[in-house]
Amino acid sequence: MSKRSSDMFNVLWLQSGGCGGCSMSLLCADTTDFHGQLRDAGINLLWHPSLSLESGDELQDLLARVLDGRVRVDALCIEGALLRGPNGTGRFHVMAGTGVPMIDWVRRLAGVARHVVAVGSCAAWGGITAGASNPTDACGLQYEDDRPGGLLGAEFRSRSGLPVINIAGCPTHPGWVIESLMALAADSLAEQDLDSLARPRFYADHLVHHGCTRNEFYEFKASAEKPSDRGCMMEHMGCKGTQVHADCNTRLWNGEGSCTRGGYACIACTEPGFQEPGHAFDRTPKVAGIPIGLPTDMPKAWFVALASLSKSATPKRVKINATADHLVMTPAVRKTRLR
Amino acid sequence: MARLLVGPFNRVEGDLEVSLDIRAGTVKRAQVNATMYRGFEQILQGKLPHDALVYVPRICGICSVSQSVASAKALADLAGITVPDNGLHVTNLMQATENLADHLTHFYLFFMPDFTRPVYASRTWHAEAVRRFAPHTGEQMREAIASRQRWFTLLGTLGGKWPHTQSIDPGGSSRAVEQAERIRLLSKLREFRRFLERHLFATPLEEMAALSSLDALWAWHDAALNVGDFRLFLSCARDLELHQLGAGPGLYLSFGAYSQPGGAHALASGVWRASEQTLVEPDTLAITEDAAHAWLEDAPMPLHPLQGMTLPNADKPGAYTWNKAPRLAGEVVETGAIARQLASGHPLVRDAVAKHGGCVLTRVIARVLELAIVVPMMERWLKALEPGDPYFTACELPDEGVGMGLGEAARGALGHWLVVKNGRIANYQIVAPTSWNFSPRDAGGTPGALEKALEGAPVLPGEKSPVSVQHIVRSFDPCMVCTVH
Ligand code: SF4
Ligand code: SF4
Repeated sequence: MSKRSSDMFNVLWLQSGGCGGCSMSLLCADTTDFHGQLRDAGINLLWHPSLSLESGDELQDLLARVLDGRVRVDALCIEGALLRGPNGTGRFHVMAGTGVPMIDWVRRLAGVARHVVAVGSCAAWGGITAGASNPTDACGLQYEDDRPGGLLGAEFRSRSGLPVINIAGCPTHPGWVIESLMALAADSLAEQDLDSLARPRFYADHLVHHGCTRNEFYEFKASAEKPSDRGCMMEHMGCKGTQVHADCNTRLWNGEGSCTRGGYACIACTEPGFQEPGHAFDRTPKVAGIPIGLPTDMPKAWFVALASLSKSATPKRVKINATADHLVMTPAVRKTRLR
Repeated sequence: MARLLVGPFNRVEGDLEVSLDIRAGTVKRAQVNATMYRGFEQILQGKLPHDALVYVPRICGICSVSQSVASAKALADLAGITVPDNGLHVTNLMQATENLADHLTHFYLFFMPDFTRPVYASRTWHAEAVRRFAPHTGEQMREAIASRQRWFTLLGTLGGKWPHTQSIDPGGSSRAVEQAERIRLLSKLREFRRFLERHLFATPLEEMAALSSLDALWAWHDAALNVGDFRLFLSCARDLELHQLGAGPGLYLSFGAYSQPGGAHALASGVWRASEQTLVEPDTLAITEDAAHAWLEDAPMPLHPLQGMTLPNADKPGAYTWNKAPRLAGEVVETGAIARQLASGHPLVRDAVAKHGGCVLTRVIARVLELAIVVPMMERWLKALEPGDPYFTACELPDEGVGMGLGEAARGALGHWLVVKNGRIANYQIVAPTSWNFSPRDAGGTPGALEKALEGAPVLPGEKSPVSVQHIVRSFDPCMVCTVH
């Protein structure tokens, strides 16, 4: 039985200062029927930039009906940073056909939406668009990097009483978005389900390091030295997986991938400010040979002691394979009837 | 003369506005405005050269691999290194996965839904178009999204994640493919082939790719009316006379797609001049960008990308877009699948362009045809991977120098140019495919490709977002976020 549209959870999705990648990622959601999955969850896409027929005046008409209360928006999803420049005018993004800066549209629409959702790190924190000197004065909906504020202000609460929900990631994983929307539609996402940066905890309570295929190399500090090496990328290659909140290695990307499985560092794309790490993305910053960014929850002295111990105990197989792009030494077949 | 401001367009990437002067039911003059600016070229200044590989994919969520590849090529050019064969093949496989996904997405999600519009309710094919392509409910549209999702699992294996894959490096690929994975990838390629052969073409890919003239195409169409989604498109196109709509400038640019060992391309580079039916190699030194009508500081002369500059000036008089106007030896070019097929000498596309010019019909044919041509190529590249051979060559990037990286995104010719000084990026300029296609007027007042293609488009009484304009705009498969970056 299909519900009447007035009972459905209405999602309005708009893009501003981003690349559209979170929408493209969304379409990779792990389902054989994208639209069916949403409909079964009671979700109605009022308008989405890649998926709707309405264009030009038809969309403008819809937005007018939303603003005067004739159409209800349950979740306003914003993808892309909010561009406040130049000089606070918002003219770096004027919504086509309207002459009105996007930041004004977003402020107005956020005022009538039940929930406001930042899709991706641009909408959450400003993201890559806020890199370097931030030429467009980009910010997130409710944060500017890790500082509360952003376009809507630290005090903002949507009609539901929740702050902006930050589904951070660059791009964000389709599973994070679909599950967040489904939880909102089912009224099962409350304030305690968000972490201290308002990210949904179901993915942000994990670390990228969990489930990484390089964990055996990590244990022995058997490290990759160049791209395509199989070893752990924490020591030399800039991997921040031990500190970054996301479940990328247990909830895989595009069926079977993750950054570390693709052979490159986790650059912390779910974290505020990831766009300006202050060091080369693919190099681990160190002091006296010890990485600055030690694993979350690990005291430095312990790390140093354990690392030197485990390095001295590294099996030859692990050591050799760490700097090769394919298995050079395979695990020995010693005996059957394992106990 | 009436003026119409149309936007926002959806089912294009990014935000687009066109302003139309209309007389007697026809567009007389069009102005194309890219309404958003993010400043990537400014952000890249002062960065470490290798860090570009984190920033540039994020120019665009629809062609992030293409941006990566162009950047990696520019860095490899700077360092003077060559990529091992395995690295080349994997890079090509990734870029082809993305490009073909774009063609699929464009056809099923962006282009065909316009035929379901109520304005076409009286057409014989309308009910069928609605059944197949209606947004949210269309059966074939939903099948295509499912197929696209499976297709992108190739990139999960080859590059870790998509979009914003970072496995592409100037030295090759950071992800070696294992033997068993190769077999798995091959079976996924075959799965996609099956989708195309069942749903899109209802014909084997090799037979599609072998169609050598428009007559042959129409004979193929008539032999099994509306069987397969491409045939239904052709029915709509014939009925609506889409061959009369949206003629481009007649000069087509391809930088060549999919670098092969030894330096050639799987799809050739070239500049095709339709009026003379001549093909010459693109002269990259003759590429300039003109900022006369962009909200950007202007130089007295149009600049080559190595000298190019990007400095916003939102109050500049006479400006109407954030996009500069790229020109090739001063001329307006069109780029995209149509240019790649013309440069590669595909007889069907050459015939279609000779008869109708670059128009809505030929643009769609060229794009769809590429699906039939490239999937078999990918099967060959996958088989050419040599287990145990390197995927990557180690390299040091020099502290001084320049680099140029050229390639083909789905939408056409993409170029990155960078200047490195003291180990930092001193200048980085990007000329994206839609920068060419949707360029504004230059200092001489010459309209860009879309601006020209819109002239003469019919406007029906009462239309605020004319459907002919929708078809023409989308026939280019524009990407506005790339355009202005
Ligand atoms: S590569 Fe990164 S995520 Fe993987 S084990 Fe090493 S530190 Fe952890
Ligand atoms: S592994 Fe790290 S950089 Fe990659 S997607 Fe996950 S959080 Fe982002």
